[in-house]
This record gives sequence, C-alpha cells and structure tokens, in this order.
Amino acid sequence: MTQISNLTDEALLDQLQRAAFGYFLEAVNPLNGLVSDTSRDNSPVSIAVVGFALSSYPVAVERGWMNRADAVQLSLAALRFFCSSDQSGSPEATGYKGFYYHFLDRDSGARVWRSELSMIDTALLIAGMLVASSYFMADSVDEIELRERVETLYLRVDWRWSQGKAATIRMGWKPECGFLHYGWDGYNEAIILYVLAMGSPNHLLTDDCYEAWTATYQWENLYGYDFLYAGPLSIHQFSHAWIDFRGIQDRFMREKRCDYFENSQRATEVQREYARRNPGRFSGYDLNCWGLTACDGPSQQLPGLSNERRQLFGYAARGVPYGPDDGTLSGSAVLASLPFAPKIVLGAVRNMLGRYPEILPAQQYASSFNPTLASGRSAWVSEGHFGLDQGIVVMMIENYRTQLIWRLMRDCAYIGHGLRRAGFRGGWL
Amino acid sequence: MAQHNGYYSTSPQDAYERRRLENVHPAGWQNPEPADQYSLVVVGAGTAGLVAAHAAAALGAKVALIERDMLGGDCLNEGCVPSKAIIRSARLYAEMRNAEHYGAQVPSDIRVDFPAVMQRMRGIRARISSTDSVSRLAAVGVDVFFGKAVFTGANALSVNGTTLRFKKALIATGARPDTPTIPGLAESGYLTNESVFDLTELPRRLLVIGGGPLGCELAQAFCRFGSQTVIAQDLALFLPKEERDAAQILSDAFARDGIEVRLNSKAVNVRMEDGQKLVDLVSDDNKTTVAVDAILTGTGRLPNVDGLNLEAAGVGYDAKTGIKVNDFLQTSNPLIYAAGDVCLEHKFTHTADASARIVVQNALFLGRQRMSALTIPWCTYTDPEIAHVGLYVRQARERNIPVKTFTIPMHEIDRAITDGEDVGFVKIHVRERTDQILGATIVARHAGEMINEITLAIVAGIGLRTLARVIHAYPTQGEAIKKAADAYNRTRLTPTIQSLLRHWLRW
Repeated sequence: MTQISNLTDEALLDQLQRAAFGYFLEAVNPLNGLVSDTSRDNSPVSIAVVGFALSSYPVAVERGWMNRADAVQLSLAALRFFCSSDQSGSPEATGYKGFYYHFLDRDSGARVWRSELSMIDTALLIAGMLVASSYFMADSVDEIELRERVETLYLRVDWRWSQGKAATIRMGWKPECGFLHYGWDGYNEAIILYVLAMGSPNHLLTDDCYEAWTATYQWENLYGYDFLYAGPLSIHQFSHAWIDFRGIQDRFMREKRCDYFENSQRATEVQREYARRNPGRFSGYDLNCWGLTACDGPSQQLPGLSNERRQLFGYAARGVPYGPDDGTLSGSAVLASLPFAPKIVLGAVRNMLGRYPEILPAQQYASSFNPTLASGRSAWVSEGHFGLDQGIVVMMIENYRTQLIWRLMRDCAYIGHGLRRAGFRGGWL
Repeated sequence: MAQHNGYYSTSPQDAYERRRLENVHPAGWQNPEPADQYSLVVVGAGTAGLVAAHAAAALGAKVALIERDMLGGDCLNEGCVPSKAIIRSARLYAEMRNAEHYGAQVPSDIRVDFPAVMQRMRGIRARISSTDSVSRLAAVGVDVFFGKAVFTGANALSVNGTTLRFKKALIATGARPDTPTIPGLAESGYLTNESVFDLTELPRRLLVIGGGPLGCELAQAFCRFGSQTVIAQDLALFLPKEERDAAQILSDAFARDGIEVRLNSKAVNVRMEDGQKLVDLVSDDNKTTVAVDAILTGTGRLPNVDGLNLEAAGVGYDAKTGIKVNDFLQTSNPLIYAAGDVCLEHKFTHTADASARIVVQNALFLGRQRMSALTIPWCTYTDPEIAHVGLYVRQARERNIPVKTFTIPMHEIDRAITDGEDVGFVKIHVRERTDQILGATIVARHAGEMINEITLAIVAGIGLRTLARVIHAYPTQGEAIKKAADAYNRTRLTPTIQSLLRHWLRW
C-alpha cells in the first residue's frame, strides 16, 4: 500500500473503498450469492452482509471494479436463493414470514447457530435488494428478473406479524420460543427497518408503530452538543448508508429543529469529546483517534491475557459516554462517519492509520483494535475481517463521493412512501 | 424467637436483639384500657403508622396504635435499616480488595467475618429502634395495643376481643414479600427480605431471583462478602422502571464485581440434590441449571389486607394492589384512610412517611392534601447508587411534554475523579426551551444524597437558571448538578445573542 501520507484524500478513499469491496468478491459463494459474515474459518453467512454486498455491487460497476453482467449474476444468485428458500420457519429453514434467520449455512442456506429470525438484519438485506432493483433498470431478461424477484421478496415480508402483540417491531423470533423479549428501546439503527415496513403496501404495521418507537428517544445535551442520544457509532450510521436524511425530518426532529444527518454529525463530535476526556485512561484515545461502536474486541479468554486485570468485553456494542469501554476502537466506524464530518473523519483516518498501520491487514480494516493491549509496538488487532465493516465503508465512502446509494434510494417509491408514512417531510421528499 | 408477618425470625437472641425487642415489642406488654372513642385509630406500626400516631398525638388527638408484631415495620426490621447496614460493610470489603486503585496496599489476608457483619447490623437496628419505642409512644400519649386488629363496623374494630371506637382510622398494615410460584421452591427453602437478615453464616453460592431494588442491593452485597452470586432477572435489564443507561451501568457494575448476571432469565424449577439447590433457568430457547446453597427472592411485595375484615368496614381493596384510596388517601369508607405500602404503588419508607402526614391533615383537620401533588424521590443503594425524582423522559413524551436532558457524566466531576468514583451521570430533564425541571436520574456513588437537591428544586419551583447561580462547594460530587445547570445556561447563548455580545464587547 502506498504511504497514506503521500496520497490525496481522493486517492486514499479510493484505495480504502476498493479494498473494502474486495471482501465481497472473496467471501461470496457464487452459486447462491450468499456472503460470509467474516473472513474467519467456517464463518457462516450473515444476511445483513448479503444486503451490504447487494448494495455494493452497483458501486463497483460504476467504478469499473466489476462488470455489470457479473454484478447482475451475483445479485440474481442471491435473489433466486432467497425466493426458493425454505420459509417454513422450522429450526433448519432459511426464514419465516418473509424474514430470514440471522446466520445461514454458506452452502445450503439453512439456519445455523440456532440464530434468531432477525428483523433488523432482514431489513438490511431487503434494503440491499432495493438498491439492486433501483440500479439494474435495463430491459434485459436478467435485470427484469432481478427487479421482479426483489418486488416479490419485499412484498412478502409480513411486517405486521413482526410486531407480535406489541406496539413496536420485535427484535427477533425463534422457532423454539417465539418472539425474543430483549428490550429494544431508545434510538437505534432501526429507522431503515421502520421505513421499509411502513413503505410496504402489504402487511401494514399499526399506524402508531413508528411513533411508539420514537417515544423511547432521549434528546440530550452532552459535552455541549444537543443530540438524539445513542452510544455506539454504528447506530448513527447504518440507516444512513441507504437513506439520505439531509433536510428531511420526522415529527421528533421537527420538534428539535434538527435532522438525523445533522444528529450523526453531532454524534461524531461527542465521540471525539469522549476520546479527548478518555475517562478510562486507555492508550491512543484523542481527538483524532476514536470510534467506539458495536464491534469485535479482546476477551478474557485470549491467550496471554488471562492475567489481564482490566475487564474485556469481546464482541460488544461499545458506546459513549457510558461504555462498555475496554480501550477497543474501530477504524472502519470512524471512516463510516465520512459523509457527516469529512474533515474531521479524514484527519482521524490519517492519524489512526499512521499510528496503527496494523489495523488495516490486507488493506481492509480489521473489525477493531486495542492500543492498550499492545504487544511490542503493535496494538491488539481483531483477527480477519467482518463483512459489515467492509460494507459500511464501501457505501459511506460512495455516499460521500457521489451520493450514489442515496440517489438510488431516493428514487425508490417504497422508501419515499415509508418515510412519508413515518411522518418525514421536507428536503428531497 | 420473634414473629413478624407470620414469619418467625431465627435471628440470634443476643443483647442487641433483646434491646430491639424491648423497644418494639416488650415481653409481657399489657394493652391499656381503651378510651371511649379515639380521634384516630392507626392499624399497623410501620413507618406510616408511627409517623401518623406521633403527628396526631402531638397535635392533641387521642390516638390508638395497633401492631400485631413489632413496631417499626419493614424499614427498621427487615428493610432499609438492616440492608443499608450490611451494604456499608460490603462496600468496605470491596474497597479493601480495590485498595491498589487508591494507591494503598491490598491487605494480605481479607477474610470476611460474616457473623460480625450481621452482629453490627443487629446493633445498628437495636440503636435505631429506640426512636420509635413503645415507651416513647406511651410518653406522648399514644395508646399502644399489641394484637390483631379486626374491623367490626364502619367506625369500630376489635383487638384481641377489646373494642376500639374511632372517629377516623388509618390502615397502615404495610406489605410482605411476594414469593414467586416456582415448582419446588417452597420445598427447597428460600430466603426473603425478612429471613435474609437472620443469616449467621454466609451462603457459599447464592441465587437471587428478581432484579428489582432489593434483589440488586443484596446480590451485590453478598457477592462482595464472597458468595458466588447469580442474579436472574426475567427482563432485559435490571430495575425495569429506571432508564436504560442507569440499568446498563448497573449491569456492568455487577459484572465487574463478579456477579453472574442472567438477564431475560426465568427460574422455572427448583429441586434438592446432594444437599444443594438446583435451579433451572430458561432464557428464550436456552435452559441451564445453576447449583446454589441459598436462594433469595426479591420479586416484589404484596399488601397486607388479609384478616382485617375490611368488608365489615366497607373498605374496598384488591389482593395485589392493596386498599383502594382516592387522591386524598381516603378509602371507600370516608372515615377510614390508608397510607404506606398497603395502598401505594411506590413502596418506600419516605413515601409512607409523607402519605401518613397527608392522612393526619385530611382525616383530622378537614385537609384536602393530595397524594399526587407530592414529589417523591427514590434510590436503589447499589454501587453506584441509582436515584430518581419526577418524570422519566418516556413519561414526559407520553404526555406530549417536549423534553430535553442535560447530562453530566461523573467523569466530568473533579471530586468523583479524586475519589475514584467517576462511574455514572447526572441527567436533569427539563421542559424544552425552558429551565423547568421535570425530573432527574442520578447514577453515582452517592446518588441518594445528590437527588435531594433536585427534589428541593422541583418542590420549590426552582429552575436550572437559578441552580446555576447556586454556589456549590468545591470539590464535591454535587457539583455535577451545577454543571448541568451551567450547560443549560450555555444553550441560552443563541447565535444571535452571541453576535450581540461580541458586538458589545468590541464597542
């Protein structure tokens, strides 16, 4: 890799984006279009990562990293698989009621790890499908089939069922026990889920479902910034990978005279302020080194760390200002805030890569790193790569550079309808 | 052996216990001859009953107080007082183990002397019991009757066959532990907030069922004494009424202390095997079994409404929610009032106290004081403590009140840093674009002390602008409240005002 200090911003972003996209070509099963959750041995498929892959293929076509026919074929492989998948909801099926189990076998597509039927991960998958159908608009047989299959898969999702008997959408369901009763209150990454659910003409959510969810929001003044509070950066990013929230407001944001895009800008500043204060006194944290998010991390079981007195959290939704915080940061989470605060993010990206080049093995961001647990001069680095991290990097860099995904989704009638039903007004709507 | 609420205490009968019993239920007590008619008959001598009896007597009323077991009720005997006493000891042990954090040496041999901890608790309980002793009540003219009260009509009741007539009555019989119906639990034996303070030996392994305030406080205390502690909560977070961040910080603190946290977990079966209790826990589709030596249940409380013959007095009640009262704490019999745990949702000592004072005013002096007008703080005394007053954000939003929260993490507070107590926050909720305080949540080592300032502000109608003018001693942890008020003041500096100020200063 060229020394990053010698690269222009555009060249740096191009290099990082292309490398991140490479993950999907390495991790996809071309026979069924399914994509591994991580690059680790025996990793299952994550349906969310498939959603990111489907969203990234159009980017690759536009940038000349992949030809259109190959992109269509990989997308179609996935869509054909999901269309014909077992929707019985049995413990070995692929899905139920139009939703899908979180983790699937890479070859058969059957549920693995007794994973849950995941509402949010299904939404990320469906969002990816809608990107594909909005981009591949040619009149060719394949692209027509692609669009028809996306339509079928989107319209068959039984969003109403996913509410159970509750006012809001449930987080997950298992054939062994029904809906999971994990709390899912407060602002989180689910706007995309609600927008998709409210955009569907089928299986309508109850009218007050979105309001019931936003009723759990907390508007806080923290470190001098007013913002809709959520600790992990990923919450402030995921829905933004698809939806351009600039200038559009739901009732809550109208009340607060803000929008979700600006809110994510402020969340970025809050992360920096937390890192500057660094209450846990971890190594590396400063205004140009931050990124607490849902990510992998060191755990007590790691060899050589058995005597570590600090509490370590493994994979966890790290956040500010209340943690959990064990000194673990995510480089990709910083980069994924690029559209919100380009100058700040580019400064942090350059600083972090300059200080910790080991966080970019094979030119792709590792899930996380921990400078406090340094071995010699190198920080602890999460093994391999995670598909979610690569996907969000590809999409957010593209949204910064050309707004491609945002433009495609703005033209998607279902997204527009869902936003309007959720009470969004103004701006491009 | 002392009986309370139908439960027989097995607490060691040492000098402390004898002193406490002499105060709260003296042996050989002879009930007095009843007056022809009492201005106020109080049934139950817990916090609400004692407060009402003292207040009414001080105002000149002829008062009878009836108690079936011991004066002082839960708070003194099985609640706040004993639990806070052992929590203090548990904190000390935790600090000894954490001595390095303060630049001190960890003692080489930290051995928990559990019997000594419990003996200290009994000593404290005995000392505090003197405040509400029989002799003090008698001295202020209250007729104290020990025995079971049974209503015989709209304005009369009997105690051990003696009839007491009243102009007004107050039912303050409190509440008792609500034991979960888990197959095998009763046969295997379990502890409640009543029996846990009788322990003389530390359970090696303890399962706490229920993640409410009591379960959380005692789980942490026993873990710090050295019990291998598991806490199972049938919800996603502890303290379900509190806000998410508070409950999350508590979960993290538990994990740091070494408590095995089982959220979303329901105990479904208990059985004895090889002298140990095996408890099946189910979390969604996952079933596990934990082996423990003791089980503590902390799953809520039920009002004591049985055996009072409330029907004869025309007093309406519900077995789960207690005696039905209006906002003036009047029951369906206008002569009879209720106060404290037997009728209130918030079962706290200070709520019982406040409600009793309302009853004295309303029952004896034609008062029209409303329970709903009270501002009631509460605190769970874990480490860190979690205190709240007023509205939660979700309540404000349900009422369509625009709400904004000023948040100060405790790591912003110098004194919290110097004391190594920088986990937690102060969150003050205000009506948006005003400085009117709607409520607050504090998570901090001394949150219970800090919340009182916010309560004062709410009751006195003081907003954040005024709080910002209040000089707080430096360095104190209470300064977090001042910082929240300062943060509010900064938001008043709109771009227009900032521009005007710059213009002024250049001039």
